[in-house]
Amino acid sequence: MTTLSTGATPVPAATGTVETTYREALREALREALREDDRVFLMGEDVGMYGGCFAVSLGLLEEFGPERVRDTPLSESGFVGAGIGAALAGLRPVVEIMTVNFSLLALDQILNNAATLSHMSGGQLHVPLVIRMTTGAGRQLAAQHSHSLEGWYAHIPGIKVIAPATVEDARGMLWTALEDPDPVLLFEHGTLYTMTGTLPRDAGHVDITRAAVRREGRDVTLVSYGGTLHKALAAADVLAGSGVAAEVLDLRSLRPLDDATIAASVRKTHRAVVVDEGWRSGGLSAEVSARITEQCFYDLDGPVERVCSAEVPIPYAQHLEQAALPQVDQVVAAARRVVG
Amino acid sequence: MTQTLDREPAADVRHRLDLLREMVRIRLFEERCVELYSAAKIRGFLHVAIGEEAVAVGVNAVLDEGDAVVSTYREHGHAIARGMSMDSVMAEMYGKATGCSRGRGGSMHLFDVGRRFYGGNAIVAGGLPLAIGLALADKMRMRPTVTVCFFGDGAFAEGEFHECVNLAALWRLPVLFACENNLYAMGTAIARAQAETDLALRAASYGIAAWPVDGMDVVAVEEAADRAVDRIRAGGGPCFLELRTYRFRAHSMYDPERYRDKAEVARWRERDPIDLLTHQLTAEGGLSAEARDAMAAEVTAEVDRAVAAAEAAPLEPAEDLERFVYTETEA
Ligand SMILES: Cc1ncc(C[n+]2csc(CCOP(=O)(O)OP(=O)(O)O)c2C)c(N)n1
Ligand SMILES: [Mg+2]
Repeated sequence: MTTLSTGATPVPAATGTVETTYREALREALREALREDDRVFLMGEDVGMYGGCFAVSLGLLEEFGPERVRDTPLSESGFVGAGIGAALAGLRPVVEIMTVNFSLLALDQILNNAATLSHMSGGQLHVPLVIRMTTGAGRQLAAQHSHSLEGWYAHIPGIKVIAPATVEDARGMLWTALEDPDPVLLFEHGTLYTMTGTLPRDAGHVDITRAAVRREGRDVTLVSYGGTLHKALAAADVLAGSGVAAEVLDLRSLRPLDDATIAASVRKTHRAVVVDEGWRSGGLSAEVSARITEQCFYDLDGPVERVCSAEVPIPYAQHLEQAALPQVDQVVAAARRVVG
Repeated sequence: MTQTLDREPAADVRHRLDLLREMVRIRLFEERCVELYSAAKIRGFLHVAIGEEAVAVGVNAVLDEGDAVVSTYREHGHAIARGMSMDSVMAEMYGKATGCSRGRGGSMHLFDVGRRFYGGNAIVAGGLPLAIGLALADKMRMRPTVTVCFFGDGAFAEGEFHECVNLAALWRLPVLFACENNLYAMGTAIARAQAETDLALRAASYGIAAWPVDGMDVVAVEEAADRAVDRIRAGGGPCFLELRTYRFRAHSMYDPERYRDKAEVARWRERDPIDLLTHQLTAEGGLSAEARDAMAAEVTAEVDRAVAAAEAAPLEPAEDLERFVYTETEA
């Protein structure tokens, strides 16, 4: 096990490092899972011959064949449900859904089957399934391709929800998710695929329950995950220029939430800004904010701030889309407000 | 504006010249879109229907003003054939305030309620239930209209499609299912996605009239659509047309086309719907080289004007971001 990154990852000198991308790291994780465990198979629309709609699975069909890298018709409810069935029967399916908006066609299977079967059967059934999907906006894909609905999924008991925001987590989360006896939804933010990073050559599995401190600071905690982590880090840079030391948290797991790590940070900084690409009303940011208030009320120097997407279906035009999304300057402004 | 199909010869030539012009308008418009995409003027996902123009033009030619159309994300041709101006479509792709959806929809979400063009849907099969509802309402109000729903061979695999054909058949709704079978759903060839690839046969199993049509021959498409629409208007219940066509270009601008070989594309290009009709009319003496050039020049000028207008058009003010999330009632 590699240890979880908290900022700078120590590089094992003996093995060296590789330059990679988020996309390649995901692919390497899939390759490892397919190679190491014959119960694992990948299934979804265009994962095989096309190479994946975002090229994550490129080359895997050639390497593992069409049984284990299985192209499906456009039948989200059918093949997600089939993944649940195959998991019940002892396999370890990785189901890819092209984007979270399309996962709504399979929501019935995810919520009414995957999330309930263990409990509803009195513990007889287990659904060791991983569902991967792209989430988020920023590519001018408009309202039916751009939403951040992982917060909705995080509402549902019976499933786990994780969001790799770094190359290291893209590489390491899948294996751990596959070892989990319950369904895990893995959200890949669409703007991260081309992100580059350095990984130890022997980079491997990572924990999928704990939040990570990506940057330490004493003045304010910026809580983020997935695509917004990078906006929070950029905001922390700006804030540092004016003498505000922001601590940046990467939630990594949206369900369960790592209350202890969040609370430890807020107890230190006494201030928090939650950054979320989901909508504000009833969103994940509301949950995080409520928990901070519940657990750290007497440690807080001011109200928890939130920077979320505007309450609109994400529009196409670039200036409107950007106006709808959380921006670095809004995070900076929110942090300055709470720091006072 | 239903056309009678047995026209006298001169009128028939004029009519086919109109069909040709419509196809050329769509072709040149979309070719310009591809260029503008490369120039980063158009962003997001762009799906062109180059090669499939005969479907859009042939079906739209038989529709009346009161009829409704529901489409997909590959809908520029459907929109233009339905009578939407190039200006409003191009401006939409530029994300401008003058766009048909005020810049909020982009290429995949063209709407024009005045023409009963209900979009522009980027969820595969997502438009089908809307078409059922539009047709249901028209039927309940005893309006003599038809709702056409365009969708692809890929959509045929979605549960929503099967739910909708059943509903339409059960309630004898005035719906024309216009299935654009271009043999691929993104990178998945039809035989790799459909256990039975004869889509008309399968649609017929719902107890509706369904037949395949040469989707590269605009006259054949028009005739089939005319027959289907007549039947639907006469209360005969829904029809399904499997329009056999082909997209000459990639699925979208991001597609490296690893899943089909160039020879296959080249073979289909020999059946280019625009070339087919051009040759036919030329051979009959109905289209001179000069007239052909003039048509291309006029259409190019129309595209140029649409681009110039889109370039010059204003953006929606960012302060208006949250408009239209709910219906705006007049004060
Ligand atoms: C529900 C849903 N799943 C997946 C996609 C991604 N996607 C967009 S178009 C497409 C292929 C659709 O093929 P087809 O219906 O044949 O239409 P064509 O693109 O060939 O016109 C796919 C998989 C989507 N938009 N919606
Ligand atoms: Mg198709």
